[in-house]
Amino acid sequence: MKSQQAANRPDNTAFTQQRLPAWQPMLSAHFVIPGFLLIGMAFIGIGVALYITSQNIQVLEKDYTGTGQYTACSECADMQTIPCICNVTFSLTTLFTGPVFLYYGLSNYYQNYRKYQVSRDDVQLWGDVTKSPGDACAPYQYIDNKPIAPCGSIANSMFNDTFSLYQIINGTMKLVPLDGKGIAWWTDYNIKFRNPSAQGSLQDAFNGTMKPVNWSKPAYELNPSDMNDNGFLNQDFLVWMRTAALPDFQKLYRRITSGDYALGLPPGDYVLQIEYNYAVKDFGRKKVVFSNVTWMGGKNEFLGVAYIVVGSLCLVMSVVMLVVYAKYKFADENA
Amino acid sequence: MPLRRGGTLVLHCTAPHQGSGRGLRTGDGVDIGTMIRRGLDRLLGRGEGRADSRTVYVGHGAWSPAQPFTPPRYCDNRIVSSKYTLWNFLPKNLFEQFRRIANFYFLIIFLVQVIVDTPTSPVTSGLPLFFVITVTAIKQGFEDWLRHKADNEVNKYPVTVLDGGRSTRKESEKIRVGDVVEVLEDETFPCDLVLLQSSRDDGTCYVTTASLDGESNHKTHYTVPDIETDLLLLNATLECEQPQPDLYKFVGRMYIRREGQEPAVRSLGPENLLLKGATLKNTSKISGVAVYTGMETKMALNYQGKSQKRSVVEKSINCFLVVYLCILLSKALVCTTLKYVWQRQPGQDEPWYNQKTQKEKDTDLYLKMFTDFLSFMVLFNFIIPVSMYVTVEMQKFLGSSFITWDRDFYDPQIQEGALVNTSDLNEELGQVEHVFTDKTGTLTQNNMEFIECCIDGFQYKYGNCASELDGFCVEDGPVNKLQRKAGREREELFLRALCLCHTVQVKEPGPGLGPVDQVDAARAVEERGFIASSPDEVALVKGAMRFGFSFLGLDCMKMKIQNRNKEIEEYDLLHVLNFDPVRRRMSVIVKSEAGETLLFCKGADVSIFPRVREEEVMRIRTHVERNATEGYRTLCVAYKKLSTEAFAQADASLREARLALQDREEKLLNIYDQLETGMNLIGATAVEDRLQEEATVTMEALQNAGMKVWVLTGDKMETAKSTCYACRLFQRRTELLELTVRTLEAGGQKCEGRLHELLLDYHRRAVQDAPPAKGGVSRSWSSAVQDYGFIIDGATLSLLLKPPSSRYTSLFLEICQNCAAVLCCRMAPLQKAQIVRLVKNTKGSPITLSVGDGANDVSMILEAHVGIGIKGNEGRQAVRNSDYAVPKLKHLRKLLLGHGHLYYVRIAQLVQYFFYKNLCFILPQFLYQFFCGYSQQPLYDAAYLMMYNICFTSMPILAYSLFEQHICIEILMDNAILYREVARNASLRWGPFLHWTALGIYQGLLFFFGVHCLFRNPALQDNGQVYGNWSFGTIVFTVMVFTVTLKLALDTRHWTWINHLVIWGSLAFYVFFSFFWGGIIWPFLKQQRLYFVFANLLSSVSAWLVIILLILLSLLPEVLLVVLRKPRASHIQQLKMRSSARKHRDFLSNTGVI
Repeated sequence: MKSQQAANRPDNTAFTQQRLPAWQPMLSAHFVIPGFLLIGMAFIGIGVALYITSQNIQVLEKDYTGTGQYTACSECADMQTIPCICNVTFSLTTLFTGPVFLYYGLSNYYQNYRKYQVSRDDVQLWGDVTKSPGDACAPYQYIDNKPIAPCGSIANSMFNDTFSLYQIINGTMKLVPLDGKGIAWWTDYNIKFRNPSAQGSLQDAFNGTMKPVNWSKPAYELNPSDMNDNGFLNQDFLVWMRTAALPDFQKLYRRITSGDYALGLPPGDYVLQIEYNYAVKDFGRKKVVFSNVTWMGGKNEFLGVAYIVVGSLCLVMSVVMLVVYAKYKFADENA
Repeated sequence: MPLRRGGTLVLHCTAPHQGSGRGLRTGDGVDIGTMIRRGLDRLLGRGEGRADSRTVYVGHGAWSPAQPFTPPRYCDNRIVSSKYTLWNFLPKNLFEQFRRIANFYFLIIFLVQVIVDTPTSPVTSGLPLFFVITVTAIKQGFEDWLRHKADNEVNKYPVTVLDGGRSTRKESEKIRVGDVVEVLEDETFPCDLVLLQSSRDDGTCYVTTASLDGESNHKTHYTVPDIETDLLLLNATLECEQPQPDLYKFVGRMYIRREGQEPAVRSLGPENLLLKGATLKNTSKISGVAVYTGMETKMALNYQGKSQKRSVVEKSINCFLVVYLCILLSKALVCTTLKYVWQRQPGQDEPWYNQKTQKEKDTDLYLKMFTDFLSFMVLFNFIIPVSMYVTVEMQKFLGSSFITWDRDFYDPQIQEGALVNTSDLNEELGQVEHVFTDKTGTLTQNNMEFIECCIDGFQYKYGNCASELDGFCVEDGPVNKLQRKAGREREELFLRALCLCHTVQVKEPGPGLGPVDQVDAARAVEERGFIASSPDEVALVKGAMRFGFSFLGLDCMKMKIQNRNKEIEEYDLLHVLNFDPVRRRMSVIVKSEAGETLLFCKGADVSIFPRVREEEVMRIRTHVERNATEGYRTLCVAYKKLSTEAFAQADASLREARLALQDREEKLLNIYDQLETGMNLIGATAVEDRLQEEATVTMEALQNAGMKVWVLTGDKMETAKSTCYACRLFQRRTELLELTVRTLEAGGQKCEGRLHELLLDYHRRAVQDAPPAKGGVSRSWSSAVQDYGFIIDGATLSLLLKPPSSRYTSLFLEICQNCAAVLCCRMAPLQKAQIVRLVKNTKGSPITLSVGDGANDVSMILEAHVGIGIKGNEGRQAVRNSDYAVPKLKHLRKLLLGHGHLYYVRIAQLVQYFFYKNLCFILPQFLYQFFCGYSQQPLYDAAYLMMYNICFTSMPILAYSLFEQHICIEILMDNAILYREVARNASLRWGPFLHWTALGIYQGLLFFFGVHCLFRNPALQDNGQVYGNWSFGTIVFTVMVFTVTLKLALDTRHWTWINHLVIWGSLAFYVFFSFFWGGIIWPFLKQQRLYFVFANLLSSVSAWLVIILLILLSLLPEVLLVVLRKPRASHIQQLKMRSSARKHRDFLSNTGVI
């Protein structure tokens, strides 16, 4: 009898009876108003810091498409002579604090186009050039039934303008050393991308493959001077392969970290010598950007402004709430 | 077809049967729906006027051997309630499942993904769909298997059939119409039988129809009079009407043929018909001929198919789904259009860096457009997540366990708790607007007790002297008097009347009991107990017994009673003028030993008073009225002496009328009417039908919660009315609007005309003259100056629903809307369902709830949105057919106000939240199309797309929807008014939906454009390196996961450890998963898109800052809303304060400002 009762009777646990101890927070003005006040002040603080930092970042942009209002490199814009070399000159009146980063920027360039974006073969880029490239690489999959390495639209359209920077000192051009290391993600360089391995040289490893259609030289000749920066591990290639989020983007090209320029570009006149290979005038523009970076990255005023605005919003709101609550409090007392 | 009455030959009316029985041939391919529709048609009178009858050959004997005998085809005795067979299960089930709009949608998406080159793989939508479909199919298959099993149990039950002199055992399903079936005591009748033979000497048998109409008392049924004792020799045909669902109606004739004689005609009535489902009692064996079998039995016709009930929330979901589908379609359309507009600009269609393949170039433009459109659909299809359905189902399934587990629903008497038969309707419990309750056994305990009586205006109360407070009772007096006593003679006359005027039977003595001596007779009888068709008759007989007059039993039409002096008095029972609801009284004519012929009559005051002398009424009326308002059932008792001539005349006319074949009832009524006049009023009785525990409190709570309570009962009006008074549904100031046979007849016009007149009058009083009700939720807040109660009976209802009057039904419903309570008495089971359906289908389709305990409530339980069964003592039919079953009526309060309210709030939040989180999930993806050349580039990685709804954001909302108590249960139960806050689907209407949608859009915009602004310069790291598109998406995704989870955290009022675990756990899991997913080169992936993206992200201060900023900014409006809304919602807090003083103090100290 008793056991039967026990069997039928629901368990008396806090869980089954919906009586679990519970914290019942009240979002009351008591917490919210001081909370908002604190958040507001903190945000304004951060915002000001961000804003000042961003203001201190020096940026120098040079559009060199060669068409429209910017005349630099207009001689090359029609892409008749190849290679076409043009110069962009600029002068600095103050020290451009180092380390200086050199970016190239493209606009209205859809690296995030779906068909484009999938047009790569990560297995191949991991060093397996013997297997047939994935279908996604089409129409840059095969040439004459030989696989293209690296295959696909992304690789095929790799940015191939080259830049060299000279400082003009007393009429002579002094080469500013540009550092091509450390421009790509560490994991891309060390893990995600691999050169095909083979007995002998890198060229042997790429045996049986074709270079991408638009490339002037095969992958194993991207940087013959440095075997660690060649083939699939060429850092310019890696940077290019990390497809941009938006159609107007910039990518890191070089860093100026060494020699006389480790502390930055001193005031003076500079010439940027550009080998103009990359055609963009049909759809967009290209530019070169000098910038230094801080703890928050490149220049971006959005964050600082946004923080200040939101912080002020919080402050205003806390005041509004205070007023509202004061009013209702009195109403309650009267009632 | 006309019948030649009394003729030598009966035309067998098989043709009309076949014509009308098309829907009934149910052996294979059963269509219960048709059955019910047909049943309803009949009830509504649509099917009337058809010359329907069937002829049954008893024992399949042919009328004349010379005549070729072709047995008409009737359906077999199989009951089928299952839905599928082994063969049609798969196609039928799949068809049913894909009829669901959501499933069909996912199927289409899946097919599109298979066929068209789309941004995501078919697996992402195929796998979840397959899972959902399989689980549902298994569940439904199992349920149907159970139904098959139950059917088989009934259909294979062995029965004894007399076949050509031999009795053979047969399976129940093989019984054919015309078979003579034997049934033993306590067995259930396998089909509808006409009683031919009983083992009892007097040709009666006792039957209980508890499983049919809920009446547990024993009913007497009679054999067809004057037929052969040897059934083998019986050569008879039986003619009866076609099957119809009214349990209390049966008309037929039996033609008994004997050698060389004209066929003898016997008329058959409901007293000769034994219904399938009823049980034989107190009779060792009967034989009967099967007249209706299988799905044509009255039980099957009263059985309503258990249709799939859908909650209003599900309808809302479907509604929102359509909205989101529209959003989806328009998004896809916009993107497709813009894509082609954009591509027309020079240089955009096929820039040199993004050459098309030859195949793409060859594709037809319009086909490309179409596939683009489909691709966009696929890309945005996550806006309607398959996981919502899984989560909703899980929430319902798991959530309903809380009802089963609730100890408050446990009843120690029956040792059972609540039972949940369907989990689909949990939230509906929080939406009830109309409660339809059965009376007997639900509101009342169906346990009558004699309270007091009044003889000649003097009040008598039987009581234990110790407990009698007023001290008026006199010890040892057989009838304790208050104030003064009526004359002893009158007292005895009154008590004799109580002892004689009834149809109570004394239970058969058990086998162990020997003959009892006379002194102990009364006690022995009391021990054995009484059987009666109405429990208050028993109460009266028992009441008389307490005062010294005992009824000892009826033997050979002699009623024996024992008087105060322990002497046995015998009376010849000459006639019983049965109770009927129109007369509302019953009489007996007895002959005393002294040779006096007496008529005793008892009945409702209104039906007795006009028939007695005015001055007698004066003395008693006040007592009766006082008793009635106290909620007792009152009956008045009168008598009349009949002279020998008067009796002889009455006797003759009664006999004649009983044999009449036409208008028998009418004739009888006329004679009764004549007989029951000029009587002398002796006194009145008061009997209490005890209310269920806390019935009054429960009803009050339900009414406070804004529910309209309707009492639907098969009982007579007076008793039902007194119950309504007792449980405060009607109050003293309530003005009753009555629409019954009585009021219709009062006008002396045609019934219809009178009905319309009354309706218009009531409408004017209750609706037009009533103070204008405040609209919406609060419409019932204002307690009207004048409360109205409405009373209608079954006969009037069917009149009202018949075509000429049906336009008045809206009037009727409007009146009912404005009444505090509605009482419908004398309802057949199917009529109860009709009422429910009527209310259910009115404007605004209010949510209805039916609660009942007996089988007669099954149809209304099935019809209502929510059916509640009370686990009473009247069988399990109601419980089995209900959606929820609780042991007692009082549990309804917690079930609705507590559980129902919470479930509704939970599921509403669940649904709104799901749509919201998917809107802000997909909106950035949509916006991204504007920045990727409308190329269907997904913003998020495939893993994130898949896991968002399944893993990252599903558990917190599931936990919320299981454990949330925005207001704790005790407060909800104490303050019924809170129930109105969620009334009429308050949280799932367009207002809240738009609020959530706006929130989703705001946040989606914020996520995307916030990050977009940040990415104007993608160099976000201090080493100058840049981020790509996957970093972009991952930042958006991270912000989103945190925001939607924290949004839920903001809404959570009740943080149990489980909530803490899943909310913080999901966030932690998201972070962990992102590290893990990006930390390994996955060999099965074509592209290692997310490799170290997340880790790299976290190394950027800017990314951190933007994530924090966007989360805060997205939640800011919500926080503001919560805080600013607070002062206005403070009445809830006041309620809280009231309910607990301690909480009050804590509250003040916590919130200070308020």
